[in-house]
Amino acid sequence: MDLQIALLLGQDGLTNGAIYALLALALVLVFAVTRVIFIPQGEFVAFGALTLASLQAGKLPGTVWLLLALGVLIGVLEGSRAVRAGQLRRLPLIVLLNVGVPLLLAGTLIAVSPATLPLPVQVLLALMLVVPLGPMIYRLAYQPVAEASVLVLLIVSVAVHVALTGLGLLFFGAEGSRTPPFTEVSFAVGDALLQGQTVLVIVASLGLIIALYLFFERTIYGKALRATAMNRTGARLMGISGTLAGMLSFTLAALIGVLSGILISPITTIYYDSGFLIGLKGFVGAIIGGLASYPVAAAGAALVGLLESYSSFWASAFKEVIVFTLIIPVLLWRSLKTTHVEEQ
Amino acid sequence: MPAVRSTTLLAVFIVALLVAPLLLPEFYITLLDYIGLYAIVALGLVVLTGVGGLTSFGQAAFVGLGAYSSAYLTTVHGVSPWLTLPAGLLVTAVVAISLGLVTLRLSGHFLPLGTIAWGISLYYLFGNLAGLGGHTGLTGIPPLTLFDLEVKTGREFFYLIWAVLLLALLATRNLLDSREGRAIRALRGGSVMAEAMGVHTARSKIVIFTLAALYASTSGWLYAHLQRFVNPTPFSLTQGIEYLFMAVIGGVAHVWGAIVGAGLISILKQWLQDWLPKLLGQSGNFEIIVFGVLMIFVLQRARDGVWPMIARHFPQPPTRAQLREAPPLARRERPAAGAVLLEVKDACKRFGGLVANDRMNFQVRAGEVMALIGPNGAGKSTMFNGISGVDPLTSGSVIFRGERVESLPARDIARLGMSRTFQHVRLLPGMSVLENVAIGAHLRGRKGFVAAACRADRDEEDRLLFEAARQIERCGLSEQMHEPAGSLPLGKQRIVEIARALAADPCLLLLDEPAAGLRYLEKQALGDLLRRLRDEGIGILLVEHDMDFVMGLADRVVVMEFGQKLAAGLPEDIQRNPAVVEAYLGGVE
Repeated sequence: MDLQIALLLGQDGLTNGAIYALLALALVLVFAVTRVIFIPQGEFVAFGALTLASLQAGKLPGTVWLLLALGVLIGVLEGSRAVRAGQLRRLPLIVLLNVGVPLLLAGTLIAVSPATLPLPVQVLLALMLVVPLGPMIYRLAYQPVAEASVLVLLIVSVAVHVALTGLGLLFFGAEGSRTPPFTEVSFAVGDALLQGQTVLVIVASLGLIIALYLFFERTIYGKALRATAMNRTGARLMGISGTLAGMLSFTLAALIGVLSGILISPITTIYYDSGFLIGLKGFVGAIIGGLASYPVAAAGAALVGLLESYSSFWASAFKEVIVFTLIIPVLLWRSLKTTHVEEQ
Repeated sequence: MPAVRSTTLLAVFIVALLVAPLLLPEFYITLLDYIGLYAIVALGLVVLTGVGGLTSFGQAAFVGLGAYSSAYLTTVHGVSPWLTLPAGLLVTAVVAISLGLVTLRLSGHFLPLGTIAWGISLYYLFGNLAGLGGHTGLTGIPPLTLFDLEVKTGREFFYLIWAVLLLALLATRNLLDSREGRAIRALRGGSVMAEAMGVHTARSKIVIFTLAALYASTSGWLYAHLQRFVNPTPFSLTQGIEYLFMAVIGGVAHVWGAIVGAGLISILKQWLQDWLPKLLGQSGNFEIIVFGVLMIFVLQRARDGVWPMIARHFPQPPTRAQLREAPPLARRERPAAGAVLLEVKDACKRFGGLVANDRMNFQVRAGEVMALIGPNGAGKSTMFNGISGVDPLTSGSVIFRGERVESLPARDIARLGMSRTFQHVRLLPGMSVLENVAIGAHLRGRKGFVAAACRADRDEEDRLLFEAARQIERCGLSEQMHEPAGSLPLGKQRIVEIARALAADPCLLLLDEPAAGLRYLEKQALGDLLRRLRDEGIGILLVEHDMDFVMGLADRVVVMEFGQKLAAGLPEDIQRNPAVVEAYLGGVE
């Protein structure tokens, strides 16, 4: 391996690492706030990328129908609850929010031809289509069992992941997609060529991390989430609704997932099931941070990206084996470090 | 006689299995073969998840280990399939134990996460090792031969698969209904209590994880010789997830749930794979959408799965454990009355900046009741946890029967003859009072997992249960013996905890607020019981807020405030001590 290849691999690894870091942060966030191990995080990556690709190809992405279907389900659930509680006044709002908005979105997409729209508008549309799925899935799948054990929540997560993967195949088919790069710029650094898209991914990831930091430090919702993460009951006594905290953290996780998907889809071909492995690599990073520390999780994720990139050079067939086996020494290290007393 | 009828049902089931291959067409036999193979794996998950409260998504990888071990050894090295079975089991056990050692000390969710990573990694390893045939796999695996008979067709395999499944099922059922089985059932939500009763919970966890892996590996061995070729696909993470779905949908807490779940999922899959592509107009494994949604629904609405709904229509197996008159268990040698049992020296416990116990010193002698009293938050329960090893001291020493125990784990301290109750009752609410109390006698038996699985433990089991019953009777709870512990009022649950502690045959009994929630007459009965125990030479360390109860019972009293010893002495002196009065009632200005 000469220096040029080393630099190239390093660049590759850091780009992927930045994405894994974003996902790791989202995973830590969701786990801290809701105790949900958010396996379906990866599906948001794939859905984001593939929805954008569908829009660009002039097709109506299947995620519209999912949005509509989940909206109708929630509308029925919330509506019947409102009727039972005698709060008929709430009905119009419930219907409008859960069914009206998705319908409007679907109508817009059919009316205009999204392929001709400028890229930022397409990205915005993709975000509007996929991000709301996060809180909606929380409402439907997790909230009814919010008080269950971590184990039950984890099995729910795996079930959601499985269902979404199947839906991904249904919506986007088995072929992968790649979106055109956001920028064609490239820089020469010594002998190596630095791609503009790579820089963009790293800069955008860092920007998002800073934005998240500001959100948690400076805004009341961010503080509410942190409070819930520290002490669920205490936060609830202070008037922070667990459901709201759950929805909010799922919205953030979905947003991070979709943005990650949109950022990498010009670099790698994304298939309906690619998200899972990408999400899991974020997980390995998150586990390095013990599912608790944000900076360690981010650093761990960057390490995973680099390891993956260099092992794809040395032993490309065993790339996944190496990355996922890394978790074993990590867990060993964590188990030696921990002095854990199980309390119920 | 419900017991007889449930045996009859089992007999009917076995007869049905015997005649099924003679009547059913080939298609159904193949389906039943696979249901059997899946059920063996799901059965392991029942023990791991439903009973032990742990879980794994990586069972398919263990199936793969069994299948590939046999495929490789038979095709490349020409080893007999009957030798590759133990070889595969050995490989699986080594892998499972190492993985278990790494993950099981961490909180519960790291194990399933580890198994996901591990499932993926092994899948890619199978697919990329040239020696294992890469993604095309290995072909030409020999059939099984029994003497001169070749077990080759689906029909012949049917008997083998279902015989293995039934054996595994009976062994599992036997195991769960035993001393080690109770320890396994205590893992779910009761690790702290189980450790304090002498159960090595980490070991129990590794054993059930390994057991589940071995079941999976056996299924893989059968699979390899049924199919006669292996490739990585059936050992992927997706299949691992499906195994868990089978166990959960069937009824993850019941051994029969494994068969029901494997059957339901396999049949549903057949059916969906026929219909969904036609319905949706494309081909693909869309059945996973239905499975995912179904799982979410089951977990939200019927977490116990399908089996309990079926079982309702069958005669219930006897809910009461069979109590047989049995010779008493050996008792430990007791120290002479008045001998120092426990000595606490300069005990300190810090939680960050908070000093919960500050240089505590006291002794407890055999045959005395020593009361530890003090206002709420004085550090009494922390002191208990420090002495019993549940939450070790920061510094200082605890000497129990002449041995330093402050750095021993709770289970080793229990082995020396210290037994305790908890301020917040720690019973297993779904288990009967008798079984809960029998956990206390855990250290008085020694039959292990294998003996339990093949019922070679019945003599000892009778003695353990009989001892538990004796202690329950002694505490006045005979009438509730076979009721679920969770159905008792809180005061009675505290008495169950005392009976459980007594079942350990302790020299020193640590009771944390035993009289809380008891009525007047019940308190009197408890006082009488504790006096009798004292007269037998047991030392009792008691934390209690009911002063009438304490002063009427205790021989000596230590008063704690803000983690420190405020006063010590005879009950009547303590009642007159101005510092104690001030601590309880506030100073007189």
